[in-house]
Amino acid sequence: MSRIEQRLGALGEKGRKALIPYITAGDPNTGETLRIMHSLVESGADLIELGVPFTDPMADGPVIQRACERALASGCTSRDVLEIVRRFRETDTETPVVLMGYLNPVEAMGYETFTENAARAGVDGVLMVDLPPEEAGEVVPWFRAQGLDLIFLISPTTSDERIRRMGEYSSGYVYYVSLKGVTGSASIDAGAVEERVAHIRELTELPVGVGFGIRDAETAGAIGKVSDAIIVGSVIVDCIGRHPEGGDSLHQALKSLVKPLRDSLDTP
Amino acid sequence: MKLTEEQIKASPDARGHFGAYGGRFVSETLIDSLEHLESEYRRLREDPDFLARFNSDLADYVGRPTPLYHADRLSSELGGASIWLKREDLCHTGAHKVNNTIGQALLAKFLGKPRVIAETGAGQHGVATATVAARLGLKCKIYMGAEDVRRQAVNVYRMKLLGAEVEAVEGGTRTLKDAMNEALRDWVTNVDDTFYIIGTVAGPHPYPMLVRDFQSVIGRETRQQCLEKNGALPDALVACVGGGSNAIGLFHPFLGDESVTMYGVEAGGYGIESGQHAAPLSAGRPGVLHGNRTYLMEDEFGQISGTHSVSAGLDYPGVGPEHSWLKDIGRVNYVSVTDDEAMDGFRRLTAVEGIMPALETAHAIAWAIKLAPTMRPDQSIVINLSGRGDKDIDTVARMDNIHVEGR
Ligand SMILES: Cc1ncc(COP(=O)(O)O)c(C=O)c1O
Repeated sequence: MSRIEQRLGALGEKGRKALIPYITAGDPNTGETLRIMHSLVESGADLIELGVPFTDPMADGPVIQRACERALASGCTSRDVLEIVRRFRETDTETPVVLMGYLNPVEAMGYETFTENAARAGVDGVLMVDLPPEEAGEVVPWFRAQGLDLIFLISPTTSDERIRRMGEYSSGYVYYVSLKGVTGSASIDAGAVEERVAHIRELTELPVGVGFGIRDAETAGAIGKVSDAIIVGSVIVDCIGRHPEGGDSLHQALKSLVKPLRDSLDTP
Repeated sequence: MKLTEEQIKASPDARGHFGAYGGRFVSETLIDSLEHLESEYRRLREDPDFLARFNSDLADYVGRPTPLYHADRLSSELGGASIWLKREDLCHTGAHKVNNTIGQALLAKFLGKPRVIAETGAGQHGVATATVAARLGLKCKIYMGAEDVRRQAVNVYRMKLLGAEVEAVEGGTRTLKDAMNEALRDWVTNVDDTFYIIGTVAGPHPYPMLVRDFQSVIGRETRQQCLEKNGALPDALVACVGGGSNAIGLFHPFLGDESVTMYGVEAGGYGIESGQHAAPLSAGRPGVLHGNRTYLMEDEFGQISGTHSVSAGLDYPGVGPEHSWLKDIGRVNYVSVTDDEAMDGFRRLTAVEGIMPALETAHAIAWAIKLAPTMRPDQSIVINLSGRGDKDIDTVARMDNIHVEGR
């Protein structure tokens, strides 16, 4: 059983919801990213989505675009991202890590090298925003061979047939993009999400995470009630961006941002 | 070499692949719209009403067919093959871009979308989009890299006069690729009421196919005009390649003709060896950007490289996927010329034929200037004169250290 399955399964049995923060690796630098990952876990993160910076993040809003620019300016390459995970695993062997990003940096490394190195570093899953299932057939075996979960996005307009097809390729969890827009867009309608998640559950057995548009504890609680996991990105990345000095003030700020999300998810 | 009828028909295949290239690499939110666009386009391209409307717009609004002009003086100065110019610069709005925007704006209208968006580099596609939007009463927003807004100020003003909103994109390298990122973000957000008019044969399937289909009118006319005027097909075709729409428009109807050699001319910038250019087919490698797999300019880690070209319309790190395929199978020769060579081409055509080409087009001229003397006088070259140079006057004047009065 993969670390992701284990973690989400254990939470599910206790009726708890997973908190999945997203951060961009290398923002503001690789050393700080490692500290941020540990501090997110201390504040209650169950799984971490670690963004691989890319020059052209087409699906991201301004907050994550700027984080990518900062990370690339700090010199963070995809090799460095794997090194961050390897060092994270020296002290944390339980919290699953999912790499999230775009296809081109993966293709540049080559699927064989990338999947081998990722698995060896301790990565558990990979989500490539611009890889729909139609184009995934040839690359799925590389990920399977290394025991990496492939995570796909489901949107409000994804057809039932495609959700089923994703089910064949994906493992770990599916990621429901709760609104039409880029990351960090406005707000989210919990009622509509509830209906849609219920429908997705009829088509796949995998846990359903919901992300894009969760900005505060109240929304986190509401979405947590109707899903298995919530993914929070832009508000966290924004907080990191406002503390370029890193260090204690950043970690204090992150704690006071993430703790309430955790509490809200844990409130019955 | 030539392509067989079957090869041409099968490109792209049902999933939008040209050999190993193309496809639909986009985030999930756009898939449904792209599938819908594809099925509607496949239906409408057989629909007599749609085709009649498209063809009459091309005739009466764009001014087609455009002439095939014999560049007599240039030919005799160069002393080799005779040179013919396919005059896309005479299209309404001054470039081939409008052939495609007419087609896509009609699709928007038939699909009931009240708002159109577009990315633009040189501003020609932005102007062409704003123009058809004005004519059809569609809301219009144009994304343009901040650097290009500066370089192509005249076209920015034209778009605004036409009623379009122009957003200067400050992210990334502030050129065409960043404008395309921003247009894609707008589309994801407003996908219900918005049609994205992509300006070249790039982007996710079905765009490379439908833009090619709309632009192929260039090659179809050229073919017929060559037969009428010369009684023979041309020996060589030359076109500049940014995303590759004017080139594929000229080339496509000739892909099956063995005797026709084709040259796609990329922007060599300060020279390929300088690394400062925009020539992915000449010096890049395959990767994935903006929804398709194609040759890209990227670093060893897969980050997209900054590009340089004197011409904003060629300043793009990718290229349409069909060109990547045509390169790999050897059907088309992809070459490059430098900024300086292009400037010489610009001046030469202006001085000898009284035709001022766009700086993009000047790259094709520059290559033909090298090619013609290597060919026999009984042979012929057709250059796609993709656009006129008025928009580039400021850039050229700056190079001459001249300040154009009143600007
Ligand atoms: C006159 C002209 N020619 C060529 C191009 C390059 O585009 P493409 O390669 O798609 O023809 C442009 C783009 O702006 C243009 O304005």
